[in-house]
Amino acid sequence: MNSAIPHSQTGYTHTAIGLHWLIGIAIVGTFALGLYMHELPLSPQKLKLYSWHKWAGVTIFLFALLRLTWRVSHRPPALPAGMPGWQRSAAEATHVLLYLLMFAVPLSGWLMSSAKGFPTVWFGVLPLPDLLQKDTDLGDLLQQMHKLLNFTLAGLVATHAGAALKHHFLDRDEILARMLPFLGRSKNGERK
Amino acid sequence: MKFRLPGLALAAILITAPAAQAVEFTQYQHGKSSLAFVYKQMNVPVDGQFKSFRARLAFDPSKPTAARAEFEIDLASVDAGSKDANDEVAGKAWFDTKAFPVARFVATSVKPLGNNRYEVAGKMSIKGKTQDLSTPVTVTQQGSNATFDGSLVLKRADYGIGDGIWADFGTVANEIQIKFRLVASAAAAK
Ligand code: HEM
Repeated sequence: MNSAIPHSQTGYTHTAIGLHWLIGIAIVGTFALGLYMHELPLSPQKLKLYSWHKWAGVTIFLFALLRLTWRVSHRPPALPAGMPGWQRSAAEATHVLLYLLMFAVPLSGWLMSSAKGFPTVWFGVLPLPDLLQKDTDLGDLLQQMHKLLNFTLAGLVATHAGAALKHHFLDRDEILARMLPFLGRSKNGERK
Repeated sequence: MKFRLPGLALAAILITAPAAQAVEFTQYQHGKSSLAFVYKQMNVPVDGQFKSFRARLAFDPSKPTAARAEFEIDLASVDAGSKDANDEVAGKAWFDTKAFPVARFVATSVKPLGNNRYEVAGKMSIKGKTQDLSTPVTVTQQGSNATFDGSLVLKRADYGIGDGIWADFGTVANEIQIKFRLVASAAAAK
C-alpha cells in the first residue's frame, strides 16, 4: 500500500525516532543530575537524587537494550550519496561507541553502587542483584570509571550533535530532519 | 517411637546436665563478638557495624533468670556504610558522639523460652534517652564458649537519632535492624 512513498523505505521508523530522542533526553538529564548531586552535602535530598539517578540510569539501560534490538532488526536509511568516506567512517565509529556507552555507563554505575555497599533498588521496589561484593577501593575505582566513561560519552554526544547541526545548516541535507520529522516537514515546505 | 523417645530424653539430660551444673560464662571475648545493623535509605538496605563495644556478662545455663548482662557501645566507632555517612552519623542530628559518646544496655530480666532461647529485657540508653528494650537471644554452647546471638528492630526516633532534616522517615527509615553476637567463655575455676 505504502510502497509508493519513498519515506517509508528510506526514513527511520517511528520507534527508532522515539527511542533516539527518549534516550537522548534521558541521558542529558541523568548526566546533569549526576554532576549536580555529586557536589551536594549529605542530606535526605542528596540521597533521593542519588536514587533517582540510579533509577533513571537503569531505565536508560533497558531502553538501550530495546533500541539495540530494534536497530539490529531495522536497517537505518542510507547516508547521503555525496558524503566523503572519512565522514562515513567517523559517523559509523561514533554511532558504535555511542551504543557501547549506552550500556557501559549504566553498567559501571550499577557495579560502582554494589562495590560501595549501596545496592540499587529500582524505583524503590525492585532490588537489582549485586554482582560485586562490598569493596571500597574497587568502588572508588569504578567511580572513576563511571566518570571517565561519562565524559567520553559527553564528548561523543557533543560530536554527534555538532555533526547533525553541521549537516543541517552547512551541508543542508536531510540527516537531522529525518530524525526530527517535524523539522523535515517544515524544511520540505520551504524548499519545494 | 515409643522406645526411642525416653532414650533421647535421657541422652539430652546426660549431655546437658554436667554443663548446666558447673559452668558460668563470664569472660567476654571481644574478638569473636560483633554488632552489625542494616538501615534502609530510599528503601535501599545498607549494612553497618560498630567496631568498639564491650559487654559484661554472667550466664549460668542452670540459672538463666539470674543472668546479668551489660553492654556498652562507643558510638564514634560506627561504620554506617561510607565515609560521608560516618561523618554525618557522628554529628548532632544523629548520635552527637561528642555529647553522648556511649550507648548502654542493662538487662533487667531474662526469661527462658525453651530450646536455648531467652527473652532478654532491659533498659537501652542512647543520646540521653532511656527506653525499655527486649530481644530474643539464642545461646549456643561450644566447648568453654557460649555464643549469644540476637536480632531486633530498634526505632531510631525513640532515641532522637536522626533529628531535623532527617526526622522524616521517607528517606531513612525509622526501623534499624540490629544483629549482635556476643561470645563469653566459662569463668576460671573459683
Ligand atoms: C546513562 C546513564 C547514566 C549517566 C549519563 C550517568 C552520569 C553520571 C555522571 C555525569 C555522574 C557524575 C560523575 C562525577 O562527577 O563523579 C554520575 C555519578 C554517579 N552515578 Fe551515574 N550515570 C548513569 C547511570 C548510572 C547508574 C545506572 C547508576 C547506578 C545504578 C549510577 C550511579 C551513579 C552514582 C552512585 C554516582 C555518584 C558517584 C559519587 O558521587 O560517589 N549512574 N553519573
